[in-house]
Amino acid sequence: MLKNRIIPCLDVKNGRVVKGINFVDLKDAGDPVEQAKIYSESGADEICFLDITASNENRETIFDVIKRTSENCFVPLTVGGGVRSLEDINKLLVSGADKVSINTAAVNNKNLIKESSKKFGSQCIVVAIDAKQKNDKWEIYTHGGRTETGIDVLDFAKKMEDSGAGELLITSMDRDGTQKGYDIKLISEIEKKVNIPIIASGGVGTLEHLFEGVKYGKASAVLAASIFHYGTYSIQEAKQYLDSKGIPVRI
Amino acid sequence: MNIAIIDYESGNISSVINSFKKVCTNQNIEIKIEVTSDLKTILSSDKIILPGQGSFKNCTKSLEKIKGLKDTLNEFAIIKKKPLFGICVGMQMFADVGYEETETKGLGWIGGNVKKIDNKENQFKLPHIGWNELSFTSNSKLFRDIKEKSHVYFVHSYKFVPDNETYVSSKTNYSEAIVASVEKDNLFGTQFHPEKSDSVGLKIIENFINL
Repeated sequence: MLKNRIIPCLDVKNGRVVKGINFVDLKDAGDPVEQAKIYSESGADEICFLDITASNENRETIFDVIKRTSENCFVPLTVGGGVRSLEDINKLLVSGADKVSINTAAVNNKNLIKESSKKFGSQCIVVAIDAKQKNDKWEIYTHGGRTETGIDVLDFAKKMEDSGAGELLITSMDRDGTQKGYDIKLISEIEKKVNIPIIASGGVGTLEHLFEGVKYGKASAVLAASIFHYGTYSIQEAKQYLDSKGIPVRI
Repeated sequence: MNIAIIDYESGNISSVINSFKKVCTNQNIEIKIEVTSDLKTILSSDKIILPGQGSFKNCTKSLEKIKGLKDTLNEFAIIKKKPLFGICVGMQMFADVGYEETETKGLGWIGGNVKKIDNKENQFKLPHIGWNELSFTSNSKLFRDIKEKSHVYFVHSYKFVPDNETYVSSKTNYSEAIVASVEKDNLFGTQFHPEKSDSVGLKIIENFINL
């Protein structure tokens, strides 16, 4: 039986780990390679790096981080942040990433997902959707949640599936950093709309939230950052908890 | 020992390279790993890894783009009968034919075809992504010291359907029993990615190296 995945996410800036509350107020807390190693040893099913390096001159730092991580961790590594072109994707993959997550460019460059999934295979193309609720709908935001697009999330999710995305990483901007739990309605609505796996993200504060993401959101994978990063819970504890609640996990 | 990882622009192979290097370092085995498309180097290697990502059609096309590569692989694996390990689409290409995108001829090493996983009217998400269990159907050398129901990492939407089950060494369950690995004499193949399957995957790689 296929297991639900637990994916710890590390925000990386200038080659160092950070995690912000609602994408601001960043704290520096360590070496991403060491963190990734700890995660993979404690049973992480995948590891995700989100590169939030702002300046171009420091962009290269992520490649070294990926290279060193992939030499030491033998679970899938997803890297996102600032991916704009086929060349960007290629550089990340060659450095050792297994999947690349694409956010803003998936919205702005309508052929990127089609072209990249064709060139590199759907298995390595993850479309990251940042969604914010507006009345009874959700809207796509880009540029780390700063830019409103007016695009409907459900329509966009379907379009990305048709373009060849292998997975969708759904982050609720309303919940991210709040520790109030995933936006279950958002996750489950998208899950009903598409037939590719969904990764739930944004808002995890307790292990129960992970459970809700799988059970009620029907997510194939659950992503969380701060609860693992600050040691509130270990990956192992999360898995044991989910197992006790009847969710299939790799133990 | 010389191991050649076939470089034919079949997608991202850095993880394959890293995992083999890691196993060699752990084992203190004197092994030279070459990532190559040079026919002479390939033919003179002791073992070959045939990776493959993306579609059956694209991988076969890339293989054919390198003049003489298909014949060289045939000579290595079928005539000389030296160990070859196909990973994911690398394994799928052992089949006679694949139906991804369009009908494409495979290497024809193990009778069968490659077709889309039945998602049972969208009850099952595709691609089949993540950790699933191995259920052994024969005693494969590749799985020495690996426990039944061990987890390995899959990413695929197409499955290998062999003409007969003789060469299937393990299966996994996703909407139906799907071929997880094949073994025929010196030919080994996994649908899953040992290079991404943590300690179980590294053990499988070690077993291949120690064949």
